[in-house]
Amino acid sequence: MSAGTQQPTLPQGDRRARLGALLNAASRWRVPLTIAVLCILPWILPSKALAVNVLIFGTFAVGYNLLFGYTGLLSFGHAAFFGSGAYLTGMSIAHYGVSWLVAMAIGIAGASILALAMGALSVRTRGVYFSMVTLALAQLVYYTALQASSWTGGENGLRGFTVSKIDIPGFQINLLDPVQKYYFMLVFTAAALWLLSRILNSSFGATIEAIRENEVRARACGYNVDLAKLWSVVVSGSVRGVAGSLSAMHLSIVPLDSLHYHTSSLVVMMTLLGGMGSFFGPFVGALSFLVMEDVLSLWTTHWQLFVGAVFVLFVLFLPKGVWGTLLDLGTKND
Amino acid sequence: MEMQLIGMQLLSGAVLGAILVMTALGFTIIFGMLGVVNFAHGALFMIGAYAGVAIAEQTGSFWWALLVAPIAVGIIGLLIERFLIRPLYNRPADDSILLTFGLGYVLVEGVRIVFGNDGIPFSTPSALVGVVNVGIGYFPIYRLFVIASVVLILVLLWVGLEKTKFGLIVRAGSRDPQIMRVLGVDMRKLWFIVFGIGVGLTALGGILAAPMRNVSPEMGTLVLAEAFVVTVIGGLGSILGAVIAGVLVGVVVSLVSLFAPEMATISMFALMALVLLFRPQGLFGKAAAGA
Repeated sequence: MSAGTQQPTLPQGDRRARLGALLNAASRWRVPLTIAVLCILPWILPSKALAVNVLIFGTFAVGYNLLFGYTGLLSFGHAAFFGSGAYLTGMSIAHYGVSWLVAMAIGIAGASILALAMGALSVRTRGVYFSMVTLALAQLVYYTALQASSWTGGENGLRGFTVSKIDIPGFQINLLDPVQKYYFMLVFTAAALWLLSRILNSSFGATIEAIRENEVRARACGYNVDLAKLWSVVVSGSVRGVAGSLSAMHLSIVPLDSLHYHTSSLVVMMTLLGGMGSFFGPFVGALSFLVMEDVLSLWTTHWQLFVGAVFVLFVLFLPKGVWGTLLDLGTKND
Repeated sequence: MEMQLIGMQLLSGAVLGAILVMTALGFTIIFGMLGVVNFAHGALFMIGAYAGVAIAEQTGSFWWALLVAPIAVGIIGLLIERFLIRPLYNRPADDSILLTFGLGYVLVEGVRIVFGNDGIPFSTPSALVGVVNVGIGYFPIYRLFVIASVVLILVLLWVGLEKTKFGLIVRAGSRDPQIMRVLGVDMRKLWFIVFGIGVGLTALGGILAAPMRNVSPEMGTLVLAEAFVVTVIGGLGSILGAVIAGVLVGVVVSLVSLFAPEMATISMFALMALVLLFRPQGLFGKAAAGA
C-alpha cells in the first residue's frame, strides 16, 4: 500500500492494473488527497452537521486505527481518551474560563497522560487480554466521571460552556456558522493526519507493523515491543483526545455517553467497515457509517440492528473493509 | 453493632460474589475450551434475564423460568456457534472478538424491538419473598437462595467435569485439542456442545440476577465489564480462579460500599488494575498468558 508496492504485472489496459496504479498514486499523496476530499465534503453531504460529525469521528477513527490497524492491538477502551479530551476541554472553559486554545491543549495533554497510565497497565498483558483490560479500564473512567458529578455534571453531562468565536490576530472565526466551524476543525484533523502519516513512514511505523505481523519475531529481532506498544497507545490516545476536544467545542456539551462503551463500539465498527490498517479506511468507515445512520434513522429508530448486522457480515466475509477490499482488487496478481 | 454491620455486609458481598461468579463462569468455560473471547456475553446474560421474565409471565412460575430459559438461550448459543463462530476457527483470535461484539450489538437492539427501550420489573418469586433471621440480623430469603443455587451449580459443574467421561474429554480437549483429534474425538462437536453449555450457564446467571437488578437492554454492558474484571483477576480460562475472584470482588465491593458508597463500582475496576500491576496473568493464570 505504500509507494514501494510492486507494480502489477498485467497487460496494459487491464482494468485491475489501472486500479492498482491509481491506488498506488493515491497512497503516495495520501495526506493532501484526504484533506482535499475533506475540503469538499460539506458541499457533497446532505447537511453540514453530518460533515462535522464525519470529521470528528473520522479523526477519532484515525487515532484508533494506529492502534488497531497498524499495531494490531484490538482496544475497546478508546472512548476513555475521546471522553477525557472532551471533558477536560469543557471543564477548563466551564470552571476556569480559560481560552479555547489552552482548553484544547489541556484536553489533549490529559488524554495523552491517561493513555500513558492505561497503556502502562494494558501493554503488560498479551493477546486477547488487551481487549478485555482496555474495556474494563475505560469503564473505570466512565464510573469515575459519573460519580464526580460536581466536576463533570454526572449523568446530565457537562454543560455551561460555549466557544462561539475564535480570535486570531487580524482574523475572526465564527463557530456558530457551521461552515466556518467545519474548516476551523479541519485544520486540526489535517495536522493529526500529517502527523500520523509521518509516524507511519518512520522506523517506528515499521516497528509497530512488524509487531502486528509477528510479535514474537519482532521481539527476537531486538525491538522493544512493550515500549513501542506503549508509544502507539499514547500517540493514538492523543489523536483521540484531539477528536474529543473538537467534539466538546462542536456540541458545547459533553454527554456522559462520550465515555461509554457505546462510543468505543461505534469507532471499532467504523474502522473495520472502512478498512483497518489502511490510511483512508477510517474516514471511509466514518463516512459510510454516519451516512448509513443518517439514512436508516429516517425510517426506523432501530437502525443499530442493521448497522450491527452489516458489521457482522463484514467480519465474516469482508474483514478488510471497504478500502482494504478495494486495495486487494487493485494489487492482486492472479 | 459494628461487627454485625460488617458481618451483614460480608453476607451481601457473598451474594454479589455469587452473581459475579455466574457472570464469569460461562465466559471462562467458553474461553478455556474454544479460545473464543465472547463479547456477546453481556447481551446473552441480558437475554437470559428477559427470557426468564417472559417465561415466568407466561407460565406464572419462576421455577419453570429457571429451568426452561437457560435451555432456550443455550439453543440460541448452539446456533451462534454453528453459524457464526465456527467459520472463524481458522482466523485470528481478534476476528471472533469482533464478530461476537457485533452480535452483541444486534442482540441488544433486537431485545429493544421486542421488549422496548425501558427496563422491566421482575419481582422476587412469591415463595422466596421476605427476610429470615441469620443470627446477626435479618436477610432477604431470595439472596440466600441465590448463594445456595450458585453453590449447587458449582458442585454439579465440578462433578460433571471431574467425575464423568464427558468431563474428562472436555478437560483433555482444553489442554490439547490436537492430541484429542488424533485420538479420534470430534473436537467440533465438543466445541459446539461446550459453547451451548456456556451460554446456558450465562443465561441462568441472568435469571438469578433478574430480581436483584434492573432488567434492561443495557444491563449487559456492566455484566460484560464485570465478567472481564473477574476473569482478569482470576486468570483467564481458570474456573477455580473465576470462582475465587468473583467472591473476592463481591466482598471488596460490598465492604467499600459500606464506607464509601460512591466508590463501590469503581473499586471493582481499581482492584483489577492493582492485580494487573503485580500479577498480570491473574491470581490463578499461567505465567505464559500474562507478562
